[in-house]
Amino acid sequence: MIYLSGQPLVDLAQQVISGAAAGTIYASLALALVLIYRAMDLVNFAQGEMAMFSTFIAYTLITSLHFPFYLAFVVTIGIAFVGAVLLERVVIRPFEGATVLTLVIVTLGLFSILNGMAGFLWGYVFKSFDSPFPGGQAVHMGPLFIGYQDLGLAVVTFVVLALVFLFFRFTKLGLAMRAAALYPESSRLLGVRTSWMLALGWGLSSAVGAVAAMMIAPIVFLDPSFMQSVLLFAFAAAVLGGIESPVGAVVGGIVIGVLLALVGSYLPGGQDLRIPFGLIVIVAVLVLRPAGLFGRPEARRV
Amino acid sequence: VKIGRFRVETVILALIGLGVFVYVPQFSNQFTTFEWANVAFYFIAIMGLNFLTGYSGQISLGNGAFMAVGGYTTALSVYWLPHLSASLNPSALAYLSIPFGGLVAFAVGALVGIPALRLRGIYLALATFAMSLAVTPLGNHFYSITNGHVGIHMPIDVGTPPFGLDLSSEQWLYLFDWFVAALLFIPALLLARSRTGRAWMAIRDSEAAAASSGVNLATYKTLAFGVSAFYAGVAGSLQVLTLAYTNPDNYGLTLSLALLVGLVVGGLANNWGPLLGAIIVVWLPYYAEQAAHFRVGGFVLQKPDVFYGALLILIVLFAPSGLAGLVQRAMRWYRSRRGAVGEPAETAPAVLEAPVDVVSPE
Repeated sequence: MIYLSGQPLVDLAQQVISGAAAGTIYASLALALVLIYRAMDLVNFAQGEMAMFSTFIAYTLITSLHFPFYLAFVVTIGIAFVGAVLLERVVIRPFEGATVLTLVIVTLGLFSILNGMAGFLWGYVFKSFDSPFPGGQAVHMGPLFIGYQDLGLAVVTFVVLALVFLFFRFTKLGLAMRAAALYPESSRLLGVRTSWMLALGWGLSSAVGAVAAMMIAPIVFLDPSFMQSVLLFAFAAAVLGGIESPVGAVVGGIVIGVLLALVGSYLPGGQDLRIPFGLIVIVAVLVLRPAGLFGRPEARRV
Repeated sequence: VKIGRFRVETVILALIGLGVFVYVPQFSNQFTTFEWANVAFYFIAIMGLNFLTGYSGQISLGNGAFMAVGGYTTALSVYWLPHLSASLNPSALAYLSIPFGGLVAFAVGALVGIPALRLRGIYLALATFAMSLAVTPLGNHFYSITNGHVGIHMPIDVGTPPFGLDLSSEQWLYLFDWFVAALLFIPALLLARSRTGRAWMAIRDSEAAAASSGVNLATYKTLAFGVSAFYAGVAGSLQVLTLAYTNPDNYGLTLSLALLVGLVVGGLANNWGPLLGAIIVVWLPYYAEQAAHFRVGGFVLQKPDVFYGALLILIVLFAPSGLAGLVQRAMRWYRSRRGAVGEPAETAPAVLEAPVDVVSPE
């Protein structure tokens, strides 16, 4: 969606606004990744595909069962949560404490299964996913505007991020989950069921990811691979913010969103360069400042 | 009974294997021969990944990108160089470009290996994952060179048997691909006992211990990337020669994932793993498609992803040393039943269970 007014500064500001709106999507998926990383030192390569699968469930609820959008939205979040808890219990649990390579392979296995299952159930033809927000309308602010679509998805993702924050900050369960992630042994001694906390973490991140995917699906169309580039940008966001930092994930996501909008609209043929740009961000941050913007440097015990 | 260093059963099995191997194209149809030719270049690419991930313990989800480097070295040489001078023969260019595909990929691999020196474990997985996703859009971006989605077709006479050999194209490509694969298998066989191989395994098992024993981490890790990419590059060149076509979509995440599936299912850090893995990677999708009962009502299983994923998880859970490890266990069991004792157990190291030495600060 490139809108050119002929005034360079206005165009730039416009790109920044819509980039930041898209960035909230990367921010929520990055947050989902960070939640799991903090809990079990694992980057979940299947995070995007779990969100994709949930969105297809929402699609079926809306098109075949004629659920109204908001009901489908809520039901899907519930399914995403329960499904991910089950996945953790059945597939990931046997590998708790396994090596990095093992865990990467297992989550890639999940990635493959979910992608293939979605292709099996819904096919590989692009489907349109209706937006809950009116298209073609916008809020104007002087020469700038923000589309209802962008505004809606930004508001929804911010609400989700705020809920996650409040949950971890002010509920006992949230505290238990944080404790289990940081000090598993001590938490277990104090009666926290750490293994179940991991499963809850999976459920929570899956729910957050599902919201992000349902928000971006109306813009990019639905097919079994639609979350792969989003996952890459979420990786870039998480790495940029510091992979252990939830705040970093949100800031990183918005920064990545803005940068991608600029790359996409100002470089010739820039749409194809977005993914390579994500790669460059990941490599550059990991090489130059591995802890990211908000993370603490990693220490190694030999 | 032994012949030289080898047991007589081993020699007989090897001879039978070789016989079957050379005669497969005589008895089977063109399609089967062609698929077995594909097994050859997947074998090479997975061997390459085995050096990097199996032996030196560096996770790569991006070796498909190195295949793209080799593949495009061949495709672009054959497609563009004859424009410079009509005397250049596309067929000769295709064969000559294969080692160059490997060398260019080696250079790219070593370059990738340099930033990778600072990445370990999960971060390397992230970066190489991004690399595998970036190839296709990059190829499409430079469509004036790569023809984008349209792709590049090889001229019709490339891949036909040379010297007036009385073979079909498939038979010739089968023999040629397997000749290259066999050639590249020799260093792989010698590797485990070589200085380089030992250095890689030492790095995999503990970087700190390897470094304090005098292994130069930077050199050997970069070398692992380079050699791995060389194999992937040659495999990519052979793939273009064999398929007589390429386009940027060939080199997406699916390819890199297939290589990883082949390696894990075949068996990490086991020389025979890549061979078994390559067979699985080529034939599993075929049988998955053939199995008509995977059509449930209106649903059709078009792609092998579900099987790939399920295999990955099951193998890691129940047979971390892969199919090759299972076969070796079965062979040891057979020998022990026959009362052969006193032979050293050739257990492949269980890479998937090796300890990690990264901890977060408390």
